[in-house]
Amino acid sequence: MKDKKNIKTNTNSSSPSGVRGYSSKRWSQTIAFTIFKLMSYSVVLILIMILGFIVSKGFSAISWDFLTKAPEDGMTKGGIYPAIVGTLYLVLGSSLFSFPIGIMSGIYMNEYASGNKIAAFIRIMTNNLSGVPSVVFGLFGMALFVNAMHFGDSILAGSLTLGLLSLPLVIRTTEESLKAIDFSYREGSLALGATKLQTIRKVIFPMALPNIITGLILSIGRVSGETAPILFTVAAYFLPKLPSSIFDQVMALPYHLYVITTSGTNIEASRSIAYGTALVLIFIVLLVNILATLLRNYFSKKVKI
Amino acid sequence: MLTIDAKNVDFYYSDFHALHNINIEVEQNKVIALIGPSGCGKSTFLRLLNRMNDLIDGTRMTGSILVEGEDIYAPNVRVDELRKKVGMVFQKPNPFPKTIFENVAYGLRVNGINDKTFIEERVIESIKSAALWDEVKDKLKKSAFALSGGQQQRLCIARALAISPKVVLMDEPASALDPISTSKIEELIYELKKDYTIIIVTHNMQQASRVSDKTAYFYLGELIEFDDTTKIFTNPKEISTQNYITGRFG
Repeated sequence: MKDKKNIKTNTNSSSPSGVRGYSSKRWSQTIAFTIFKLMSYSVVLILIMILGFIVSKGFSAISWDFLTKAPEDGMTKGGIYPAIVGTLYLVLGSSLFSFPIGIMSGIYMNEYASGNKIAAFIRIMTNNLSGVPSVVFGLFGMALFVNAMHFGDSILAGSLTLGLLSLPLVIRTTEESLKAIDFSYREGSLALGATKLQTIRKVIFPMALPNIITGLILSIGRVSGETAPILFTVAAYFLPKLPSSIFDQVMALPYHLYVITTSGTNIEASRSIAYGTALVLIFIVLLVNILATLLRNYFSKKVKI
Repeated sequence: MLTIDAKNVDFYYSDFHALHNINIEVEQNKVIALIGPSGCGKSTFLRLLNRMNDLIDGTRMTGSILVEGEDIYAPNVRVDELRKKVGMVFQKPNPFPKTIFENVAYGLRVNGINDKTFIEERVIESIKSAALWDEVKDKLKKSAFALSGGQQQRLCIARALAISPKVVLMDEPASALDPISTSKIEELIYELKKDYTIIIVTHNMQQASRVSDKTAYFYLGELIEFDDTTKIFTNPKEISTQNYITGRFG
């Protein structure tokens, strides 16, 4: 509460007896800002609590074997290596799908169609898409990719489904990042005889890149932890070998966490493995976040030079 | 041949009739000042000359504008080619977030010029023409944002000159700058006249009378008077012109 000491007491305060005190305006301001501060600190606190909980309970399960070996003994022993690999494949696959399509859509909507009815329509549709529950995405992915297109339960089907899930996020971030760039840069470029495409490629997109990358990070984080969409499209309870093609099934960390916590062969014995899995999942997301922050800072420097 | 020949130009922002029957002839290597109170249409007219108004939805123009004898609104005209011939400097300096060198080289690169030596020569030449060389010659690789406002504006001028336009349009180029930068830019315009045709919109009447050969006075979208600068400022024909330059309004 050290801010209170910095607030000067107002000797012209409305208090008639001349007693040193705060006017009611200053009180409500102090209270409000204190609440804001507490709320902000509580967010940090919650994050620390979650991390602390998972780390403390899962740390014991972590070992080199855990990270590099397959599960043994009905998932009560061994490692989660196949699930780690599976999650990475799915993240890669869904990114290959959603990043190019999402970024190009975002560019189209803000640079070419901005202001007209088509863009507004696409925007509404995109927002609706982002509101679809993830389990519904899973069902859709199963119906379309697994069954109708005959991909079967596969990395391909899972990646496409997860890609659809993250598409609205990528589109929206790209659009917002481009919108944030002042029009005067586009004007300056066009006035020199550049085409619209040249302007986007050489000036606007590089300027938007740091923020777009942030959006891409968020989508990676989201995708690595999604369980429902992979439930019906790719995830396997147990696979003896690693996948050899995109048409293979794969294990995945969130799904693995789910099954050994709820329906494994011996739930109690697998409990520490469950926490270990959660820890690995969080760690991967953290790693991706750090990597992408470093990338973003690198690009920011390049843009500012 | 006239460098710019605008005939019977009317311009509309959707329903708003912004310019009424404008007729202006500009000869080569002259400086023309466009003056008038806010909202009179001078910037709108300026932006017609390099088709920057195309970027705004719902705009419409009737009449014709010829640049070096060619109708720039003809259907098969390539706008990017036009803008290489007719360059523009904006009111607020808008250098790209690139190095000083790359800012000036930008116009050359987007025009497909790749020759390193040629680009380097043109960049140095343009920066010298913009009276900026002494101040930046040992920091060409620094960010353009490290320059002051006046320097940034001169950088934008260098950037526009690098592609060797015939005409340079300036939309109140010094209004966002301090007096010293302003006078540097005015000297610059006087020098540039030798090689370029310049049209400058300005709110500053003293500036118009200092740098221009002819002056066009706009009021409420109409071209009230267009004549030699000395005549406009000492013995204008129209009462409205007289009132404006003596400060009765605007």
